[in-house]
Amino acid sequence: MSTGKADWLETNYPKQADRLERYTSLSDVEVDPLYSDEDLSGWSYEEKLGHPGQFPFTRGVHASMFRGKLWTMRQFAGFGTAEDTNQRFKFLLAEGQTGLSTAFDMPTLMGYDADHPRALGEVGREGVAVSSLADMEALFADVPLDEVTTSMTVNCTASVLLAMYFAVAERRGIPLTKLGGTIQNDMLKEFIAQKEWISPPEPSVRVVVDMMEFCAKEAPRWHPVSISGYHIREAGSTAAQELAFTLADGIGYVQAAVDRGLDVDSFAPRLSFFFNLHNDFFEEIAKLRAARRMWANTMRERFGAKSPKSLTLRTHCQTAGCSLTAQQPVNNVVRVAIQALAGVLGGTQSLHTNSMDETLALPSEESVLVALRTQQIIAEETGVANFVDPLGGSYAVEALTDKIEAEAADYIRRIDEMGGIIRAIELGFPQKEIAEASYRFQQQLDRGERVMVGVNKYQLETEPPIEIMRIGNDIERKQAERVRARKQARDAAAVKLALGNVRRAASDGSNLMPPILAAVKVECTVGEISDIFRDCFGVYHDPAWI
Amino acid sequence: MSHEDRPLRILVAKPGLDGHDRGAKIIARAFRDAGFEVIYTGLHQTPEMIAEAAVQEDVDAIGLSLLSGAHMTLFPAVIDELRKRELEDVAIFGGGIVPAEDIVELKKLGIREIFTPGAATDTIVAWVRANVPPREA
Repeated sequence: MSTGKADWLETNYPKQADRLERYTSLSDVEVDPLYSDEDLSGWSYEEKLGHPGQFPFTRGVHASMFRGKLWTMRQFAGFGTAEDTNQRFKFLLAEGQTGLSTAFDMPTLMGYDADHPRALGEVGREGVAVSSLADMEALFADVPLDEVTTSMTVNCTASVLLAMYFAVAERRGIPLTKLGGTIQNDMLKEFIAQKEWISPPEPSVRVVVDMMEFCAKEAPRWHPVSISGYHIREAGSTAAQELAFTLADGIGYVQAAVDRGLDVDSFAPRLSFFFNLHNDFFEEIAKLRAARRMWANTMRERFGAKSPKSLTLRTHCQTAGCSLTAQQPVNNVVRVAIQALAGVLGGTQSLHTNSMDETLALPSEESVLVALRTQQIIAEETGVANFVDPLGGSYAVEALTDKIEAEAADYIRRIDEMGGIIRAIELGFPQKEIAEASYRFQQQLDRGERVMVGVNKYQLETEPPIEIMRIGNDIERKQAERVRARKQARDAAAVKLALGNVRRAASDGSNLMPPILAAVKVECTVGEISDIFRDCFGVYHDPAWI
Repeated sequence: MSHEDRPLRILVAKPGLDGHDRGAKIIARAFRDAGFEVIYTGLHQTPEMIAEAAVQEDVDAIGLSLLSGAHMTLFPAVIDELRKRELEDVAIFGGGIVPAEDIVELKKLGIREIFTPGAATDTIVAWVRANVPPREA
């Protein structure tokens, strides 16, 4: 019989030999010197873990996990024109990537065509420029849409881009029922963190629910929303805040859909998630495990979901962009590998690994290949994919999982008390909590209490330059000309009629997806449909809290 | 010290369409903690809006934060808009994902300094103290 933890710490643990005064996680949570069975007192395996594939899915959403099927290797890509990005897609697929993920440029994301004055300087820079159906067709030229699953990161203009993707598939004779993929379409986290919006929260969520409803009926393999913590973390949140605000957003969407009269089991199986993988290895694994358990309990208890698929939190993960350094960028390969490993041990379904040069520019072909190879090495060389939840039962990991769950549950309780996530966002609650955490972290970094290798410790006198990808200035001019030419060439009467139908649906509350789908088919543009949102729903302005 | 009479007034501005405001908000708070008077524009500002805010708020300097890659278009556009309003004496500096060769070009155009990822807030505050004099009334 061993002595108790407190006694052991008192008599056996050499406190005076500690390297640091405080041991904390990246999220500033105290880490104990020892985790033992005492940390799991009153703990039930069935209630807390369950076997893999069984409620509450802490150990994974599938029984055999990566023994059955590896996670989807899905590198986020997009730059320049549709043709440029199409080539990158084909390169990635040829090198063994198993799914596509599209990055759009800022004008596309914010609802401006390439020929709009507000697009000046931004076309094709942070992603690919897509203004109309012709661009979407070029983007996915020669890509078998019925075989590859595609993810599209777009939010306030998601309805338009998804309609374009569906229209491209229809033109190729592929029924919507055969399309698999995900559109991010998580507007709530836009107001919290990523800050790409057109209209205020209420009408924005209405469009999200329109898409959930439409996809449940017409495109049942499609994930119409990817509830995203990634950007919340990038904005500077802690791991528990990322977990809490993401689940709170998920609760917000489910509630909005249920309020509309949808049966929870009709749409919940197609909700997906997106989490960040930051530097703190065990904290990240605990976060993913807690996320699954909390979602399963929430769906069953709060919403009465019955289908097992409604209870499982399936997630994409991406390594943390904000953890990368411009200094000694090759070191980023190591950071990414360790973060990716946390994602795999945490049981992700899909993974993007960042490229080493992303603090300098969009990734070059060489660096994106290293990033993809990192996943392939983890999958096929390290042996970790042979195990299902190998860390399950670790005193430390289970204690961390319980702790982050408790912290996140407390946030969700506070948000409930405010009247739900939309009200909390209007009050600025998650935004202010994140800003506090972000500033606290920066201060710790500036004081040297936290280490970023190459930035505030182990710096080099001179940084060796690395090759980066440059986006040419001619892309903007060419793309703007292309948009103008398409607008000239299309059937003006059909466009007018189609835009009128979108406007009517926006005003009368009927589902926006059918008229938007009809509109993109006659080449109405992202900007034109977004203008209707601006008119009918109003424009949201940044409250600009410091 | 050159500005012991009154605190410096700094406009922290986000030109363009990207929503990455983590850096802008951190530097705005760091400036405030350093004793400067800080005005934050919020997101999605045009060069005209930023120049107008500089006039309205009578600032000594503008810190531009941009992570969308549009700096070679939008930073010079802010300079032009300030020139139209005869605000050439307002110091402009910036931060974001800006490649080294672009920094050289932007400095030639009149951007006083560019801070890239990894810059400590106290480095930026110290640079402002050393390089931004209060403008003549």
